[in-house]
Amino acid sequence: MKIALMGQPNSGKSTIFNHVAGYKAVTSNFPGKTVEFTLTKFNIFGQVIELVDLPGTYSLTSFDLAELEARKYLLNGDVDVVINVVDASLLSRSLELTLQLLELKLPMVICLNMIDEAERKGIRIDTEKLSKVFGVPVVPAVARKGKGMRGLFSTAYKVGEKKKSGKTLNFSKDVEDVITQLSIQIKKKQICQKFNVPERFLALKYLENDSYFIENYKKKSNDLFKEIVHFQNILKETHGRQSDVVISSERHHLSMNIYESVVTLTKPHASFIDYLDNILMHPFLGYISLGLIIYLFFNLIFGIGKIVEEPLLDYFYRLIPLIGKSINPNTLSFSIMSGIIQGLAGGIAIVLPYLFPFLFGLAILEDLGYLPRIAFLLDAFLHKIGLHGKAIIPFILGYGCTVPAIMATRILESERDRFIASVLATMIPCAARMTIIFALVAFYISPQAALAIYILNIIVIIISGKILSRLLPEVTPGMILEIPAYHIPSIKVALAKTWLRMKEFIFVAWPLLIVGSTVLSLLQYYKTDMLINNFFSPLTSLLGLPLVVGTTLIFGVLRKELSMLMLIQAIGTSNVAAVMSKTQIMTFTIFVIFYVPCVATIAVLWKEIGSKRTLFAVAFTFVLAVILATITRFVY
Amino acid sequence: MTITLDSIGENQKVKVVSVSGGWGIRQRLGCLGIHPGDIITVKRSAIMRGPILISVHGNQVALGRGVARRVVVEAE
Repeated sequence: MKIALMGQPNSGKSTIFNHVAGYKAVTSNFPGKTVEFTLTKFNIFGQVIELVDLPGTYSLTSFDLAELEARKYLLNGDVDVVINVVDASLLSRSLELTLQLLELKLPMVICLNMIDEAERKGIRIDTEKLSKVFGVPVVPAVARKGKGMRGLFSTAYKVGEKKKSGKTLNFSKDVEDVITQLSIQIKKKQICQKFNVPERFLALKYLENDSYFIENYKKKSNDLFKEIVHFQNILKETHGRQSDVVISSERHHLSMNIYESVVTLTKPHASFIDYLDNILMHPFLGYISLGLIIYLFFNLIFGIGKIVEEPLLDYFYRLIPLIGKSINPNTLSFSIMSGIIQGLAGGIAIVLPYLFPFLFGLAILEDLGYLPRIAFLLDAFLHKIGLHGKAIIPFILGYGCTVPAIMATRILESERDRFIASVLATMIPCAARMTIIFALVAFYISPQAALAIYILNIIVIIISGKILSRLLPEVTPGMILEIPAYHIPSIKVALAKTWLRMKEFIFVAWPLLIVGSTVLSLLQYYKTDMLINNFFSPLTSLLGLPLVVGTTLIFGVLRKELSMLMLIQAIGTSNVAAVMSKTQIMTFTIFVIFYVPCVATIAVLWKEIGSKRTLFAVAFTFVLAVILATITRFVY
Repeated sequence: MTITLDSIGENQKVKVVSVSGGWGIRQRLGCLGIHPGDIITVKRSAIMRGPILISVHGNQVALGRGVARRVVVEAE
């Protein structure tokens, strides 16, 4: 049996999913983040259930890429039960999606999530009455606390067994007449099979002027298309508005009526988080807080990382000479051994100490719901580089990892915005590059120098943004963004999310790091690394870097953190300052931050913006890196 | 004379008359509970002609200036 979680953004689908999947999906308090489906399997009543977490969807009539994907998935026809997850504290608005889902005539359960939050707001919901109105079971739940989950899935299972769908509710009589007449025409043409939807659903989508359904049929049946325009005009004339506004208003009123009939309002309990926005979104204090939060955030990461990095590194680098005592340092097996140890050490001592606090801190900020606030505060500034406030989300995620950042550009409406944001996101120092900045620059030069790199990076991004938006002059569509209520962050949820993101490093990047480090040892053993270094010598001499750095740059394209770890291995000491001057460290870091995105990023760019634009991004960042690093060499 | 949402001061309540944008913007605003006849309170207005923050049906939404200019309102 296949169950799909469907609901508006931030309704708690991913939290429910996580509860079942044991922290395999990521949740965050930001509208529209699940852009890829996540799937898990579990057992109930001895039956294997497949559970799919679909992207947050406001409406089944949409132009949003992620929402269209969710709709396509539902229409595919192999979903047995839909769990419509509803934020109970936003019931009236959420019911508009519920009404559309009912029109699909799929077996369905409504999950009234965050019922505790609704009660705090003074909204008491009569679930039995709601269930009668829609003809589907309604299960109250608090997914963050795991309340109501068992009941939800056993109800869903039973509904799936019976294959029972709910009622479709009627709009005003005159609108309903138009819908019925159009449905008859649609039935005559027998086109519902093609889309696998009920006639009424299709009639509504045509009246709403949904481009997907219209474009897919316009060419084949011109007379049906004429009928559609005819009925759209009837609604337009009788209501004095476009037909899509008529339908969405009808749905809105119906939802409001249902809401009023099932809800009793009581006095809300105020909480301190209701007042948080008086500071965090204040036109003056808001920016001060933003600066302060970011400053504290990075200070904390550096503080924690440094405490852990030093003793761990010391420990590992004492190991290698110890092995040298038992195995002859000039043999192949010693080379392999030391390569493996250095790879292990790189992961444990250099990357993890900075990666974990960063990801955890980001998870807390996401869970709190601070990210959309940043979008609000910075919208005006982002307009200066031709984007709007929402683009800050991929940028912030970019400080973690570029791959999800580029996937998150899907929340932007126009293709041009997605392209510009993707290219700029590749330049943001991800956690891997952050470890380079922290472990080389902050460690050997000074924390202020590290901060300067971040500031320089932002300036370069702003200038690049200005250049790109000049090259592609088009007005950005403007921001429409829900600002969800704050949630008190849950440590458990934040840890789970951190773990999920760390897993990618531990199981994918780290083995690669160990292999890479061993390969480099072998190259050195057979003296082949000199060939590569010589090939790169024009570049390394231009930048004034030691010849041995050449090989490490190739590894850096595989994974950014590899370039630093390989550097340490290539120069043969963990004390970089003994071999490289401060200028060289700085030049190396600047080059590594900007040059060519890593392989995983190139792959996702290819998928999202196409081959030509990806090659452009690669060339653009490489040229930029050479220019900036050369300047650094002579200026710093 | 028509007033648009971007010209409304903080803490003022208005009623939506119409949305003058295209299909996409009408749909998206509709999803967030902004239809003709709905009551909106402007809560904040960001600096440097940044976005405005509105409250509609107990929910907060940020709208860029360009978007707010397309929402025609009347004083409530």
